[in-house]
Amino acid sequence: MEDWQAKAAQLGVAVAGFLAVVALVLLVAERGPRAVRDRLAIALFAGPALVLVGVGLVYPAVRTAVLSLFDADGTSFVGVDNYEWVFTDPQALVTVRNTLVWVVLVPVFATGIGLLYAVLIDRSRFEAVAKSLLFLPMAISFVGASIIWRFVYAYRPPESGQIGLLNQLVVWAGLPPQQFLNDPPWNTFFLVVVMVWIQAGFAMVVLSAAIKAVPAELTEAARLDGASPWQLFRNVTLPCIRPSLVVVLTTVVIGVLKVFDIVRTTTGGQFDTSVLANEMYVQSFTAGEYGRGAALAVLIFVLVVPVVAYNVRQLRRTREVR
Amino acid sequence: MAQHRPRRALVARTAVLASVLALVLAACGGDGSSATADGGASTPADCAAFADYGTFDGATVTVYASIRDAEGEVLQRAWAAYAECTDTEIDYEGTGAFEAQLRVKVKGGNAPDIALLPQPGLIRELAAQGALQPVSAQTESNVDANWDATWKGYGSVDGTLYAVPHGAYVKSYVWYSPSRFADAGYEVPTTLEEMKALSDRIVADGDGKPWCAGIESGEATGWPATDWVEDFVLRMAGPEVYDQWVDHEIAFDDPRIRAAADAVAGYLKNEDYVNGGFGDVRTITGTAFQEAGYPILDGACWMHRQASFYANQWEDGTTVGPDGDVFAFYLPAASADGEQPVLGSGEFVGAFSERPEVQAFQRYTSTMDYVRSRAVLSPGSWVTAAKGLDPAVFSSPIDRSSYEILQNPEAVFRFDGSDQMPAAVGTGSFWRGMSDWLNGKDTGPVLDQIEASWG
Repeated sequence: MEDWQAKAAQLGVAVAGFLAVVALVLLVAERGPRAVRDRLAIALFAGPALVLVGVGLVYPAVRTAVLSLFDADGTSFVGVDNYEWVFTDPQALVTVRNTLVWVVLVPVFATGIGLLYAVLIDRSRFEAVAKSLLFLPMAISFVGASIIWRFVYAYRPPESGQIGLLNQLVVWAGLPPQQFLNDPPWNTFFLVVVMVWIQAGFAMVVLSAAIKAVPAELTEAARLDGASPWQLFRNVTLPCIRPSLVVVLTTVVIGVLKVFDIVRTTTGGQFDTSVLANEMYVQSFTAGEYGRGAALAVLIFVLVVPVVAYNVRQLRRTREVR
Repeated sequence: MAQHRPRRALVARTAVLASVLALVLAACGGDGSSATADGGASTPADCAAFADYGTFDGATVTVYASIRDAEGEVLQRAWAAYAECTDTEIDYEGTGAFEAQLRVKVKGGNAPDIALLPQPGLIRELAAQGALQPVSAQTESNVDANWDATWKGYGSVDGTLYAVPHGAYVKSYVWYSPSRFADAGYEVPTTLEEMKALSDRIVADGDGKPWCAGIESGEATGWPATDWVEDFVLRMAGPEVYDQWVDHEIAFDDPRIRAAADAVAGYLKNEDYVNGGFGDVRTITGTAFQEAGYPILDGACWMHRQASFYANQWEDGTTVGPDGDVFAFYLPAASADGEQPVLGSGEFVGAFSERPEVQAFQRYTSTMDYVRSRAVLSPGSWVTAAKGLDPAVFSSPIDRSSYEILQNPEAVFRFDGSDQMPAAVGTGSFWRGMSDWLNGKDTGPVLDQIEASWG
């Protein structure tokens, strides 16, 4: 109780101090000469953001890059050894390979399914309901979704009843139940399904909006010219929504490069399912290899940056078009 | 990560234990009352026993450990009388992320006064950093008197004692159902050969598989299998080779280690033997270690190798005892007489400060008064390696059995090897290697891979 009161008092003092400083700055800004006032205003508005970016983003990034050149506990310089490990150690290579599989499959399938769905339900009677159905998984956290799918993939011996949906289907089909998450390399594909399940809704919503934004004159003109539905889609709709398509694809790629929760929750990276972000965590926090963990973090960063840059440019271009 | 094991078990402890405890106390009233009489020595009324420590005017000693919840409260009761009589404020904090947090605290210059350190490796690391303080001469003479040299050794670095032994846990246990063994006419095996023969006999009898196992444990998946391998290295290659293996004086994939791993494969990778109640061998990788022994109760499996703390995992209403639903036998040695190797783990009381109230508290934990007061409170989860306690002070039969094993003059105790190896191996490649191994990879490549990771 006393502890609580002491903390509340400390908090009160801190808030009062902060307000006093702000008041003082505002007062100076109000009274001082114009040049000083402008500079002060800039500092006042941009300063906190810059400080936060510096402390929260720039410093840790630099520190991580430096750490990646040091050994396990960050004491002696080892040059590029950690990077060499990433690209030569068989286990680490499996991780890199899996990440590539994720980066190729998830965006393609999530966007593909989202696009197909958006086109099929466009202007149908059940559009709203159908959209919310596919969009619902977006509302579930990655960990929640992973737990759901772990149940879907759950295995029980043939002699007892199955509790996993997928294995029950397999048994009904007359086949023996499978341990889906144990068999490399297929287990990675079963994990990819989880991410696609979550992300397809996002792709669908964005692409559906883009399709609706296609000018009606264009589609009408194409129809009058006798274009088949496929030609209409291929030659009119698709070029019109291209910028949105690229934004969706790249956004999903960025998400996939950072995927961690799904692997962590379903297999923990066992059985050759680890990906870069999961391995970064494992190396840093369970194996105590901070150098390797940092090297993996830098690698993810390097892979994400060009995609982010491209994404931002596309986003800007989309806005200009609009 | 041994400290996680008891703790996880501890967290799960609920009314099960209370009921087990009640039954046990009812069953052995004599022992129970003598235990209470011992406990009486530490009631707040009698401060004479603490006169020697002086009083500290309400000075605070912070204690940091991985023991939480109900267990944490029991732990604090063990020193309540001391705190009152010496006027020391003992501020206890238990956390689920102990090692990571402790390292952060120490690096940030915010170390606790006292920590319960679960790994000799961590003691070495903290002593090398100069963070841990060597114990006082008085404390050291207590440790010399109350523990044998092995246990003192785990708390020492280069001959200097840094931490006082606290809890001790026996891992070389096989859980089984005494009643079902009796019905089927099975005898508890006393040698490794007998255990193999019994397993074959159970297979021949065809009523459920002899073994069940599970190594899924979230981030720590794999550890139960490392315990299997360590137990067999200790039995087949002997304690000296075990020490060399743990210290990496011999390769991880040395032929003798390979032989022990092959012997484990004879159980865990044997489709006839496992995985009772769960399916084939590979289901071991996905079965939670907490649930892995349950098929013993419904008859799908006969034996489950797991540490003493598994006593707390059994469902409500299960009696744990030599005549109960489940009990554990000592995982036999190669031969019934001679050395009886014991794999185990424990925790140690280390001090980060030289302040007199901290040193006095650490000294108190090295006395038999404290050990007894803690043991009496133990509801089936805490055993010590300190010498000369009456086993009757332990109220649960499994604790009593653990204490007897630890005190057996033929017993050769070895600390959990994966806790002593570098983290990258002990909590990294060894764990993952075991998962891959039970998922179908061959023994040779798995051991090679772990050896390769040990830089």
